Amino acid sequence: MAGIDQFRSKPAVETLGGSRTMVLNMGPQHPSTHGVLRLVLELDGETVVRIRPDIGFLHTGIEKTCEAKFYQQVIPMTDRIDYLAPLTNNLAYVLAVEKLLGLEIPPRAVWIRLLMNELTRINSHLVWLGTHAMDIGAMTVFLYCFREREEILKMFEMVSGQRMMTSYFRIGGISMDLPLGFLDYVKNFAGYFPDRIDQYSDLLTNNPIWIGRTKGVARITKEDAIDLMLTGPTARGSGIDWDLRRDMPYAGYEKLDFKVPIETAGDVYARYLVRMAELRESINMVKQAVANLPDGPIKADAPKIILPDREKMKTQMESLIHHFKIVTEGFTVPAGEVYQAVESPRGEMGYYVVSDGTAKPYRVHMRGPSFANLNALGVMCEHNLIADVVAAIGSIDIILGDVDR
Amino acid sequence: MALQPPITDIELLKERPAVACLQSSLPEALQAAKFDRDELTLWIAPVKLIDALKLLRSSTSTRFTVLADLTALDWFPSEPRFEVVYSLLSYERRERIRIKVKLNSSAPSIESITGLWAGAAPFEREIFDLFGIRFQGHPDLRRILMPDDWEGHPLRKDYPVEGYR
Repeated sequence: MAGIDQFRSKPAVETLGGSRTMVLNMGPQHPSTHGVLRLVLELDGETVVRIRPDIGFLHTGIEKTCEAKFYQQVIPMTDRIDYLAPLTNNLAYVLAVEKLLGLEIPPRAVWIRLLMNELTRINSHLVWLGTHAMDIGAMTVFLYCFREREEILKMFEMVSGQRMMTSYFRIGGISMDLPLGFLDYVKNFAGYFPDRIDQYSDLLTNNPIWIGRTKGVARITKEDAIDLMLTGPTARGSGIDWDLRRDMPYAGYEKLDFKVPIETAGDVYARYLVRMAELRESINMVKQAVANLPDGPIKADAPKIILPDREKMKTQMESLIHHFKIVTEGFTVPAGEVYQAVESPRGEMGYYVVSDGTAKPYRVHMRGPSFANLNALGVMCEHNLIADVVAAIGSIDIILGDVDR
Repeated sequence: MALQPPITDIELLKERPAVACLQSSLPEALQAAKFDRDELTLWIAPVKLIDALKLLRSSTSTRFTVLADLTALDWFPSEPRFEVVYSLLSYERRERIRIKVKLNSSAPSIESITGLWAGAAPFEREIFDLFGIRFQGHPDLRRILMPDDWEGHPLRKDYPVEGYR
């Protein structure tokens, strides 16, 4: 069974463990599977014959839980899908519900969302770079990356009070305005961060060991990438020139000026180069967002959907009633359905939200980029050495919360 | 932006490339259409699903070459109970479309599209796992998220949120 055809025919389970090949179980408790991914590897000597991913260890039934929550109560669930890019998930969900409601949000909230989203992308790529390099044996990069990531987590804490599970965005805007001194902090970070990217790059890009471990390893062609539904940097490393931020702009991305890095080699090194270039683009977008941030309200004018300010709630009867109604009964959303996709650090993060006109979503489906990208592992690793499986897993940058939901 | 009422009349939507394409080449496939919140949804007869997807993928006026998402809906207790939802995307035309097929509650099954997009395999396994919809011709239709010995299909509406105790 070669390449992509393994998805189209029944795997010959009975041959697993036959006379020629050996079956090896990798994970679910393996540090380089980045979570609880179990791989059943069929090996011929040191060469991989077939990989079968076994997922579901982190399945928590979030889609089912969402159906029992009010619309606004779903936001904290979305953080826990892709826990390295919580704000991207928040954004996809609130955009979907805003589209269902036909709600327009004020410019300041739009720009703050853009700013936080690109910081999230940097955060996610830093964890990817650090752990990916460590899997392949470059320990130093991990420590450098986490030094900068810590700064971004501090920023998340400043705006939302949480380092990881931020839940910062709200339907119709954002929960709180930026705290004093936040923009200076971001400006300072954006000032020195490009140099830090150079530092990581100096450690890896021309490093002969890194090149030896990544160049030509775990290749995937452009045709296979489309066939396997790959998205994001994993697909752009194979020459697919597609980025939702540029090609189908959402949440105000059309206001930003940026390039979409593309590589055509389709190997681990190409995907590494794409993500490194994305880091540079993201920090440029952060700078643009800080420079263009307008003043004004941070929430849309929709008192029946958005919680009132504390001040108003305590002085105006009407606001108190709205507050009580939203908290106890939620708000109703006109019947309909929306598929809202955003470009998460890993690829197309799609939220399919169906409303039946009540205060609770009829169905929330998350199209996780990791779930689809994990498809590629079997095709990438075939006929590669077992040691390269670890490099391949790192290069598709999966998050198991996103795979299992 | 105030919400516009949805357009459900196929006659009003026949300017759309996907509708025009299906009407001219595969008229018996198209059952209904809806344009709501800038998103086009087409209902396709289950037996014509593969032909319709092939047509939308290859026709030069549509070019929906990418399968973005695949999921299902349960409209319990109404009939037809299930809908399988295919979200297609066109890179060239920068457009999305949603294709739906309706399935009855007794032994719901539909032809697998793994022949068109190999990546649909785990998505179909997920729908089988959580909704109990079978995909004919799927190479390896097993549970994917729930344990192999799990009983019931959790995302069905008659399955309690807390599970059976």
